[in-house]
Amino acid sequence: MRSVHRAPRRAVAAVTVALLATAVACAPQPEEDTATGPSGSPGNGCVQGELATKTPGRLTIATDEPAYEPWFRDGDPASGEGFESAVAYAVAERLGYGKGAVVWQRVPFNKAFAPGAKTFDFDINQVSISDERRKAVDFSAGYYDVRQAVIALKGSKAAKAKSVADLKDVTLGAQVGTTSLRYIEDVVRPERPAAVYARNDQAKSALRNGQVDAVVTDLPTAFYITAAEVTDAEIVGQFENRGSAREQFGLVLDKGSALTGCVTAAVEALRRDGTLAELEQRWLSDAVDAPVLK
Amino acid sequence: MTLAKDARGTEDPYVPSERRLERERYKRARARRATAVAALSTLVTGVVLYLVVVNAPGWQRTRETFFDWGYAREAFPKVLEGLWLNVRLLLVCGAAVLVLGMLVAVARTLRGPVFLPLRVLAAAYTDFFRGLPLIITLMIVVLGVPALRLQGVTVDPVLLGGTALTLTYSAYVAEVFRAGIESVHPSQRAAARSLGLTGRQALRHVVLPQAVRRQVPPLLNDLVSLQKDTGLVSIGGAVDAVRAADIIVGRSLNYTPYIVAGLVFVALTIPMTRLTDWVTARTERRRAQGGAT
Repeated sequence: MRSVHRAPRRAVAAVTVALLATAVACAPQPEEDTATGPSGSPGNGCVQGELATKTPGRLTIATDEPAYEPWFRDGDPASGEGFESAVAYAVAERLGYGKGAVVWQRVPFNKAFAPGAKTFDFDINQVSISDERRKAVDFSAGYYDVRQAVIALKGSKAAKAKSVADLKDVTLGAQVGTTSLRYIEDVVRPERPAAVYARNDQAKSALRNGQVDAVVTDLPTAFYITAAEVTDAEIVGQFENRGSAREQFGLVLDKGSALTGCVTAAVEALRRDGTLAELEQRWLSDAVDAPVLK
Repeated sequence: MTLAKDARGTEDPYVPSERRLERERYKRARARRATAVAALSTLVTGVVLYLVVVNAPGWQRTRETFFDWGYAREAFPKVLEGLWLNVRLLLVCGAAVLVLGMLVAVARTLRGPVFLPLRVLAAAYTDFFRGLPLIITLMIVVLGVPALRLQGVTVDPVLLGGTALTLTYSAYVAEVFRAGIESVHPSQRAAARSLGLTGRQALRHVVLPQAVRRQVPPLLNDLVSLQKDTGLVSIGGAVDAVRAADIIVGRSLNYTPYIVAGLVFVALTIPMTRLTDWVTARTERRRAQGGAT
């Protein structure tokens, strides 16, 4: 019996040693000391081109892959084409980083917010600002006021909807993690549970194939989808903002990042001098001709 | 005359020797010492692990992000709701996989030149679907089939996803069954035939029962694996346990729902794993006794 007992005991000892070794080896890198950089004091200490970025002298900007129109052109964020690409370069310019000093990084939406040190300076990926998310990340000031819209195939029952109540008995789809999905759950409250997709293009193909009656996206995406991608679909209408709060996209920074103040100041400056409005005019369709669903 | 005394139940004349008592005392002492050492080392390990984890830089944020009680409470009912889909898929697909896998395995082991095309087809099927990554099978079936707009073919993502799972897992299970069939000694078939059973009867009454019984552990393994993969049907838009967690994570950027979903799956898998172990042990015991396996 002795030998029978000894084997598990030795195993326990071995496992203990292994666990300790991994625990020590995998101890996370210490969080960055945020006290070195001024935070939240716009214009103060934001030396042009000499911020405390991940790579000195370079600004690392992250976005998801694939990058969608009309936010990015041809899936390439570095082109400067598409609304978010243009905004990113405008913000970089304000911070004193020219086109050559900007490095793009592809980071999946969900991975961009994992705790621990970030690999980028800020992330631009149609992320809506919310108080709940503020617990996990820092946001810059909002750079775009977003509204949610419903698209459906032309001539379908869903396309005839005139109000939110008319959408109750249709199957709605949206991308996971988006405000669009929250609108379905909180505003429409449909009888059938919403179909939830990992990416917008899967929602598009489901709409095309009749797996869902209608898809909810933000308005610019809705315009792009109906104009270029699913041409037999139309915009049914746009939602009023939930509550009275404006919904805005913001740049995402690491929690307690030293850059938050500077980036926010840059975005606010771009709003003041009309750059944001101009970029909106240039890259995003006018949103006035989508009826509002009450 | 001691024996006679014993039978009448009078006092037992056996008195353990001093040496024997000494030996037993020593054994007991050693056992106590071993238990004490094991308990102490476990305690020390626990304390050290706890201290290492809690004092690790970043633990505070990790705890907030992955172990937030409020989010766990919010996620749990939604994850369970999604889990119902996983369980239904497991039951239906599991049954379909066993039937289809068995058919393919039998098709591969048929003898006789007339069955060549059947053998080739079955082999091609297992080779192809074992090699094809499950996620690709799912994408093609769930997102591709509806685009064909075939009359009378469902576009329901759950049904399509279940079909894709069944296709892939039947190929695995067919191989498990085939290994079982081939592990039955040829003398068994020969004996059955010599008793006058037809080839089909020999397969049905002699070979397959032994083959299936022998393959229970690997089959249960595949079942556990299938159970975890049912979550992948969510690419078609259906909300399973993982996707339910995903929805809350996307909104809040807090990862606790993933932990909740993970633990729920583990809790579901552990009984299956224990069952597998028990079945394996029982088979081993029987085999060791030289009984029928």
